[in-house]
Amino acid sequence: MSNPTSVLNISDEAGVKKITFMQKSIIDEVVIHQIGKEIVAVIDGAAQPKVLISFNGVDHLSSAALGVLITCHNRVRVKNGQLYLSDISKPIFEIFKITKLNKMFQIADTSESAMKNFK
Amino acid sequence: MRSEPYIQNKTLTDLRTDLQKVQEGVALALIQNGYTDFAQFAIRLCLEESIVNAFRHGNRSEPGKVVQFHCKIDGESAEFKIQDEGVGFDPAGVPDPTAEENLEIPSGRGLMLMRAYMSEVEHVAPGNMIRMKYKNGPDPAQ
Repeated sequence: MSNPTSVLNISDEAGVKKITFMQKSIIDEVVIHQIGKEIVAVIDGAAQPKVLISFNGVDHLSSAALGVLITCHNRVRVKNGQLYLSDISKPIFEIFKITKLNKMFQIADTSESAMKNFK
Repeated sequence: MRSEPYIQNKTLTDLRTDLQKVQEGVALALIQNGYTDFAQFAIRLCLEESIVNAFRHGNRSEPGKVVQFHCKIDGESAEFKIQDEGVGFDPAGVPDPTAEENLEIPSGRGLMLMRAYMSEVEHVAPGNMIRMKYKNGPDPAQ
């Protein structure tokens, strides 16, 4: 369920907020800002948020988008929540490896495998 | 494969619209010159990062300030020069975003990505111009 002006699809599965992107390219600054706002709202809406961000269908990502993800990661951690990323394509995962963010984020191959990891 | 190099010299005035036009032209030239999907991905990312940096950091997002864009793409290499109207900066002064203490800082990864993907990256003094080159060839081992 998403509002008409949202750039994300947000659903609730077994207590986990699953987020997917409406756009294939997450590079536009305005869109990235909107993404950040919406994910932060999801995180702030729960006492101990459980959030899964699936990159299914995403083929481009900028460093500004990484910045938003880091902000979300920090916010989830402060609330003792859980955040997983999943369905990251090989080229985009390479960006995570170069920036060593693959060591910081919890990353699963698929949404299904990520869901099994939530406590 | 395209025989004539693709050469563009543009003055960019609006980040969103001009960046998109640049990317569209470059993408087509890369395809026509036989660059791999990996190369196209890498160059698109580096152009995004460098042009955004030029507007946001170099020009401090000030209205009226422009960015000069030059590219030359042929079957051997894709070369780019991006110049802003700022006073320049010292790239050596940018903190390492992969350092433990910087991992959780949201910004500062654009330069690192450019250096990782491009064959050559040069900051031309006083630091308001960046020159990047991607040498066409087999994808790097990952």
